[in-house]
Amino acid sequence: MVDPHLPVPGDPIDNPGLPHHEPRPTDVDPAAEKRAERQVAAMFGLSAICALLFCVAYFAFDIGEETDTFMGLGASNLFLGLSLGFALLLIGMGAIQWARKLMRDHEIVEMRHPVASSEPDRTEALAALTQGTADSGIARRPLIRNSLLGAVAMLGLPAVVALRDLGPLPGDALERTVWRKGMRIVNDVAGTPIKPDQVEIGQLINAEPAVFFATDEEGEPVIEGHELQAEKAKAAVILVRMQPEDINPFPARENWGVDGILCYSKICTHVGCPISLYEQQTHHVLCPCHQSTFDLANNARVLFGPAARPLPQLPISVDDEGYLIAQSGFEEPVGPSFWERGE
Amino acid sequence: MYAVLAPATAQDELAADEALVSQGRELFLVGCASCHGKNAEGIITQDNTQYGPSLVGVGAAAVDFQVGTGRMPLAQPGVQAERKPPVYNEEETRALAAFVASLGPGPAIPEAEKYSMEGVDNEALVRGGQFFLTNCTACHNFAGAGGALPGGKYAPPLTGVDPKYMYEAMLTGPQQMPVFSDAVITPEDKRDIIAYIASLEEGPSYGGFALGSWGPVSEGMFAWLVGIGSLVGFAVWIGAHSTRSKKGGRA
Repeated sequence: MVDPHLPVPGDPIDNPGLPHHEPRPTDVDPAAEKRAERQVAAMFGLSAICALLFCVAYFAFDIGEETDTFMGLGASNLFLGLSLGFALLLIGMGAIQWARKLMRDHEIVEMRHPVASSEPDRTEALAALTQGTADSGIARRPLIRNSLLGAVAMLGLPAVVALRDLGPLPGDALERTVWRKGMRIVNDVAGTPIKPDQVEIGQLINAEPAVFFATDEEGEPVIEGHELQAEKAKAAVILVRMQPEDINPFPARENWGVDGILCYSKICTHVGCPISLYEQQTHHVLCPCHQSTFDLANNARVLFGPAARPLPQLPISVDDEGYLIAQSGFEEPVGPSFWERGE
Repeated sequence: MYAVLAPATAQDELAADEALVSQGRELFLVGCASCHGKNAEGIITQDNTQYGPSLVGVGAAAVDFQVGTGRMPLAQPGVQAERKPPVYNEEETRALAAFVASLGPGPAIPEAEKYSMEGVDNEALVRGGQFFLTNCTACHNFAGAGGALPGGKYAPPLTGVDPKYMYEAMLTGPQQMPVFSDAVITPEDKRDIIAYIASLEEGPSYGGFALGSWGPVSEGMFAWLVGIGSLVGFAVWIGAHSTRSKKGGRA
């Protein structure tokens, strides 16, 4: 019989064939074979013991109590993890050792074959299809065929109707925030209004519109729950104060600040992370997500990073009682850019 | 101009002690004046940058923070002053603070009761945590482990810092850190923040090894080096050519 692995006469590249097979110690030495067998069995046996230890640890150690018993780690966490980990690991290691030492390791070659089915199989399948088409009469009865197509197409409608529940289109929600002319700027978390003389040079205030802390006549919050979160995600601002001579405002923005106090959107114009990593000496604010850097002294110009436009600025002034307020809402949409956003 | 813009915090009582002020001036002329100028007016270089900034109006709190944590005097010019063992003792630091406070009104060294954590209940801790997450974590990391800033600067870790210095840092805004004035973040808010940071240090590490609490930096490095490294090790073991015997086959 001709060995397919041997060189074919006339082939431009000689088939080097397989290297000569050398036996392993476990193939020739019965003692080595026995030892390897014991090793593999020992690993599987240890794995079983670890699985049992897992069950013991589960009942022996309280979950949640004593969270720093061993090396600052909880006994329960540590022993559950170690026992289950080793139970799995030892099965794998045993299998590797078994394959390397004991399983037959003669090299074999599997020749490639065409992927396509054989010619008789293909002919038979095509004949069955043709027979089926003829028997059902689908070609002769266009009324049945067309009504079936219509029924299947109509099945798409329930899916479309059900998917509508994913929510209404955003409408103009991306274009507006809760900021209005005259709304006070308050300190985030505390909700206290801010006077200009409370803000020092180099100060950073993470601020919110006063409406988030307002209550109606029954003492209920004006905005709460999901709506509060959605509005907060757009309306959060940072308030900074710098030397007035350091600020280079655009011509139309000269009166947008109060004595060197400027207010910018806290939402990065790249993908909307909240930014408050502010360097008071350089007036740069840096987004932690992708390192977009904005220069607040220069209309929040983008200095670095993937953001494509400056942070929107909120024009501010003071009200009759001397508290900082918004002169108007934002003049442009805050946060990430989107297709319909007008220039 | 600065005095008009920066609201004066109460005039410092340290500055009223004339003996202390003159002692501080002596120390200042020896140790600080070479960079900050003989009258602490600051020195501008020929390139119009600051050799040492003016200290008029920075207040006693700024001196106590910078000198007390060893940041000043600087070992060498650099992007940022580093925390190191202090050079001046407590009495000398007080004298320096008194001298600088006498130059112009600025924040005073806070009294101990402002940052004393006695009587801080759970509610105050939660409040402090909210202020911390809103105002501090952007630079100092969620666990107060510190973090990197552009150009080789960094926000230092907050673990093991004396509550007084944390209070003074918020009050004065050292280096790139913004100011968090008492009028906006009240002394009570500041105390709650400091108590929250202290509670972070005491809390157990529920997730196992914290790896410095540096988040994806250290955790990612662990996964790449130890996790993927050991997988590569197993792959090498599986693929390695095992030892061969010269004795010849049995079959």
